[in-house]
Amino acid sequence: MSTSRFFGPGEAGPNATTDRGGTVFLAIVALVAVGVPVLNQFVPSSSPFHLSPYAMTLIGKYMCYAMLALAVDLVWGFCGILSLGHGAFFALGGYGMGMYLMRQIGTRGVYGNPVLPDFMVFLNWTELPWFWYGFDRFWIAALMMVMAPALLATVFGWLAFRSRVTGVYLSIITQALSYALMLAFFRNDMGFGGNNGFTDFKDLLGFDLQAGSTRAVLLAVTAIALGLSYVACRAIVASRAGRVVRAIRDAESRTRFLGYKVETYKLWLFVISAAIAGIAGALYVPQVGIINPSEFAPINSIEMVIWVAVGGRGTLYGAAAGAVLVNYAKTVMTGAFPEIWLYALGALFVLVTIFLPRGVVGLVRRQTS
Amino acid sequence: MSLPPDLATGKILYLEHVTVSFDGFKALNDLTLYVDPGELRCIIGANGAGKTTMMDVITGKTRPDSGSAWFGRTIDLLALSEPEIAEAGIGRKFQKPTVFEQLTVDENLELALAGKKSFWHSFSATLSGAQLDRIGEVLSITNLLEQRRQPARSLSHGQKQWLEIGMLLMQSPKLLLVDEPVAGMTPQETERTAELLLSLAGDHSVVVVEHDMEFVRSIAKQVTVLHEGHVLAEGTMDQVQSDQRVREVYLGS
Ligand SMILES: Nc1ncnc2c1ncn2[C@@H]1O[C@H](COP(=O)(O)OP(=O)(O)OP(=O)(O)O)[C@@H](O)[C@H]1O
Ligand SMILES: [Mg+2]
Repeated sequence: MSTSRFFGPGEAGPNATTDRGGTVFLAIVALVAVGVPVLNQFVPSSSPFHLSPYAMTLIGKYMCYAMLALAVDLVWGFCGILSLGHGAFFALGGYGMGMYLMRQIGTRGVYGNPVLPDFMVFLNWTELPWFWYGFDRFWIAALMMVMAPALLATVFGWLAFRSRVTGVYLSIITQALSYALMLAFFRNDMGFGGNNGFTDFKDLLGFDLQAGSTRAVLLAVTAIALGLSYVACRAIVASRAGRVVRAIRDAESRTRFLGYKVETYKLWLFVISAAIAGIAGALYVPQVGIINPSEFAPINSIEMVIWVAVGGRGTLYGAAAGAVLVNYAKTVMTGAFPEIWLYALGALFVLVTIFLPRGVVGLVRRQTS
Repeated sequence: MSLPPDLATGKILYLEHVTVSFDGFKALNDLTLYVDPGELRCIIGANGAGKTTMMDVITGKTRPDSGSAWFGRTIDLLALSEPEIAEAGIGRKFQKPTVFEQLTVDENLELALAGKKSFWHSFSATLSGAQLDRIGEVLSITNLLEQRRQPARSLSHGQKQWLEIGMLLMQSPKLLLVDEPVAGMTPQETERTAELLLSLAGDHSVVVVEHDMEFVRSIAKQVTVLHEGHVLAEGTMDQVQSDQRVREVYLGS
C-alpha cells in the first residue's frame, strides 16, 4: 500500500459552477430536518410510518458523525492533512455542552447542591473550579463548545505547521494528542467527572431532554447545522482559498514560492475544521445523553478517516454519506456480532483503499458517466 | 509595491565581480555580466560552469561572498529576500516543471496572479475583468487556450513548461530567468518554445540557460559562455563559436 494514497492528491477539484451531488445532499438533509420530526411527532405510533424515538436518536447521531466527516474531509481530502485527532475536537465540543447540561441540573442532582455537579460533591469539593464559571449561561457555554476545540487546534496547528511537520508524523502526533487528552480526562482531579464523564442530563435551555418534542427539535437543529457546515465547507473549497489549499496538497513548496503563506492556510483550515467537529460533538451529547473520556479514544479518530475514505475523499457530501453508511453498518453489526466489528472495519478500509480509491462517490460517478 | 527598476543607465541587470564559494570551491569566480532591457540572452557552459548558481544569486537563493548584484540602478538584489526579489519583478523558471497537477490550467494561472495572498482575501477574491483579460492574454502567448479548462496533469511535458512560464508571466516580471527550458521536449515543442521566448523578449528581458546548441543558435542574438564560474566569451553565436578559448574548453576542438 503506497503512502501517496493517503498523503498525495485526493479527488480532482470541485467544479466551481455546478455541485449536483451537493444539491442532492442538501435536499436530503432538508427532507430529514422536516420529515423525521414529523414522522416522530405527528404520525401516531400505531401507523407503520411512525418513527420511533430510538430511530430518531440514531438518525441524529449519524448526522453528527456526518458533520464530523465533513470536518475531516476538509483537511484531509483537500489539503492532505491526515488528522487522526479529530475525535478530540469532537469530544471537547461535547464536554462543553456537557458542562452546560450539568449546571442545568441544579438542585435536581442526587446531592441537591445548587452549584456543584454531583461528582464534585462526591469528591468533597466545596467550590466550583474556575474553568466551570459561566457554563450555567448558554451563550458562554456555546462559545466554549466552538472556542475550546478551535483554540486547541490553533495552538497545536501553529506549532506543527510552523515546524513543517507533515505526513505520517503529523498523523502520529494528532493521534498522540487525542490519547493524551483521553488519559487526562480520565483523571478525577481534572474536574470533568473522571471516567464516568457527565450524564443524567435534565434539560437544555429550559426544555426537558426526555420530552419527544425537545428531541424532535434537536434533530431538526442538527440537520440544519449539518446543512450549514456543508455550505461553509463547500464555500471554502470552491473559493480561490480552496484552490490554494489544493495547490498546497499537490506541491507545497511551489505554493510557498508563489507567495502564499502555506502555514497560515493550513492553520485556518485546521481551525475551521476543528470548530465544525466541536459543534458536531456539542449536538451529539444531548441526543445520546452522555459524554465520557472514551470519546477521545484513538480508535474513534481512525474510524472517522475510514468513513471519509469509504464515502469518497475530497467530495464533502461523499464523506458525509460515508459516515452514515459505515455507522449504519456498525449499528447493525454490533447488534448481531459485536466482536467482529473492528475486523470488519479494518477489512472495509483495506478493500476501499485497494478497489475504491475514490470511495462510493467515485463508484457512482463511474457508473453514471 | 516596490519601485520598478530604474533603467536610466541602460542595463536591467548588473552582476559585478561576483564570487560564490562552496567549501573553498569557487562556483562563481569574479563573474561580471550585464543584461540590457528587452534583451534575450543565452548562457551556455559545460556542466558545473556555474549557470544555475548565477541564477541562484540573482534570485536571492544563494548569497555571494563578494561582488554586487543590482536590478536596474536602484535595486540592490543582495539586500532583498527571495520573495522581495520576485515581487520586484524577477521571475524564475526552474529546470523541473512544477505546476499544480490537480488544478486546471486556468486555476494555475489564477494562483500565480500578483496581489494579496492571505487566506481570507483568497476566500472572498473573484477575478476582475482585467485579471481575466490577463489570463486570456497569457493563455494565448503560451498557446494553451484550448487546454485552459483541463487539469494540468493532462498536459504534455512541453505544455507544462509553457504553463510554468505562463505562471511567471502572470506576475508581469521585468526579467525572466529560464533554466534549460527545452530539456526533454519534442522537436516541435522545442520550436514552439523558441517562438515563445522570442515573443517575450522586447517586453521582458529574458536570460536562458541551455545546453541545446541548435536551440541556442535559433534564438540568441547575444551569447555568454561561462567557464569555471567566469565569463569566457560574449558575442553572437558565430563569434563565440569561432573564439579560440571557447573552442578549447567548451566545444572541445
Ligand atoms: N549548494 C552547493 N554546495 C556545494 N557545491 C555546489 C552547490 N551548488 C552548486 N555547487 C557546485 O558548484 C558548481 C556549479 O554548479 P551549477 O549548478 O551552478 O552548474 P551549472 O552550470 O548549472 O551546471 P549544469 O549544466 O549541470 O546544470 C558545480 O561544481 C556544483 O557541484
Ligand atoms: Mg544547472
